[in-house]
Amino acid sequence: MADLLEVKRISMLFGGLAAVNDVSFTAGKGEILGLIGPNGAGKTTVFNIVNGFYKPTKGEVLFKERRISGLKPHQVCRLGIARTFQVVKPLQRMSVFDNVLSSAFLRAKGRAEAEGIATDAIAFTGLADDRDVISKGLPLGKRKKLEISRALATQPEFLLLDESFAGLNPHELDESIEIIRNIKARGITVMIIEHHMRVVMSISDRIVVLNYGEKIAEGTPGEIAKDPLVVEAYLGEERSA
Amino acid sequence: MPFVILAILAALPLTGLSSYAMHLVILVVMWSVVGMAWNLLGGYCGQVSFGHAAYFGVGAYTAGILYTKMAISPWWGVPLSIPVVALFSFFLGYIVLRLRGPFFALATLASGEVMRVTAENLVDFTGGTLGIMIQERTWVEKTWYYYIILLVATVTFVLVKKLAESKLGYYFVAIREDQDAAESMGINTTLYKTLALCISGCLTGAAGAFYMNYMGYIDPNVVFALHDISIITIMIVMVGGVATYWGPVVGAVIMVLLAEWIRSIPGLGTAHYTFFGILLIIIIIFLPNGIVGDFPKLKRLLKLQKA
Repeated sequence: MADLLEVKRISMLFGGLAAVNDVSFTAGKGEILGLIGPNGAGKTTVFNIVNGFYKPTKGEVLFKERRISGLKPHQVCRLGIARTFQVVKPLQRMSVFDNVLSSAFLRAKGRAEAEGIATDAIAFTGLADDRDVISKGLPLGKRKKLEISRALATQPEFLLLDESFAGLNPHELDESIEIIRNIKARGITVMIIEHHMRVVMSISDRIVVLNYGEKIAEGTPGEIAKDPLVVEAYLGEERSA
Repeated sequence: MPFVILAILAALPLTGLSSYAMHLVILVVMWSVVGMAWNLLGGYCGQVSFGHAAYFGVGAYTAGILYTKMAISPWWGVPLSIPVVALFSFFLGYIVLRLRGPFFALATLASGEVMRVTAENLVDFTGGTLGIMIQERTWVEKTWYYYIILLVATVTFVLVKKLAESKLGYYFVAIREDQDAAESMGINTTLYKTLALCISGCLTGAAGAFYMNYMGYIDPNVVFALHDISIITIMIVMVGGVATYWGPVVGAVIMVLLAEWIRSIPGLGTAHYTFFGILLIIIIIFLPNGIVGDFPKLKRLLKLQKA
């Protein structure tokens, strides 16, 4: 598999604190890559670096063999990387449809085309019935879907999903897993941050594990589950457990 | 509906209104332009400016300086203020648009004041605190002044409406609602904020240039005024309705008439500021979306009173 995204030895220092320290990984085209780790491990920081909110203190990020670290988020998005936020950021006083329409303009030539893209995107995530609801009033599960629809409307090749499953009920969880499988089926590469082990183990092709800003493991879900370092990071050392 | 209103407005001078009444109508229309311009930046794009006097003043001085230094009709100032203010707001935007929220508001407030002090001190260029006086008024009658500002207002209204319904309008609102989300949606927030500021500034500047022609006299304390221009502009939009098409127009009617009425009460004088303050507090508490934005709520409230 050709590497779509290459993260090369990135570090991110805030003051003296290394939120991310010398982390490298790659994401191949068409795969679902999981990013897991305990709270504060630096997962969202990695997303913020890939998406352009932060410029890494050291290291670089390549997308389709082009250096993207240092670009602004809107430039990164134009190149084909979209993201969702852990703390959802709906455009509150806009309807669901208008939210998605706003991002659909990115690659549309006119309003009609943008409306087409937006309609597809909300149908894809099952929000079609809520298209005229003002997003302020949406329950969390639907807000998470709105985030995904909005990201999809920019027609990305690579999608960063930051805890799109947190706080969902079991039914919503199943729906979202289905949505992500469908995104993969569309040929979009997905990278997800997830705390829900059942979800991340079942849908990821590969998983990268962070702890205290450092990569401690990488591999298939089966390998990760048996990795002693990972078990230690999550459950503590055997003796003290 | 807009056409009916336009027709009524166009026929207004034929009804034989007194010169004073026409003066008030002209002020209302002029303030509508400034309000609509502010609304584009503050209401749609969410960048609350406390310094629109800067653009108003630069527009007014463009007209005035064309007259004093180049000896051409200050009416040229109305079209020519557009490129001048565009350049000016681009430059100013480069500085102030790096800031967000209250920091942006404070920076714009400062920019208005900086312009006022600058105009006071560039005596050779602006005439300093003596201001600029146009020796011969173009018309004694108010009718033509009225039609000119009505034309500017109509263009502004149509432009704001077209923009708000286009991709640009969606981008502006997206930036207002969440700048980080907008940026991650591929929106170049810096570019679109600058665009909003430039368009808003240019329209405000055109109104300023008209003001120079209409009043025949300007000085830095008049056109770069913090209270009388910047704050009043915000009040007009707040009272009328933020991010609505008709809000600034309704706000301009109320604010101009209210100011005239309170000023005409003996013994109150400039105490109209006090009343404006009280009005603003009432609006923020009861009608946070302004009279136009909260019209259904207003109707309900009035009905309850009757019942």
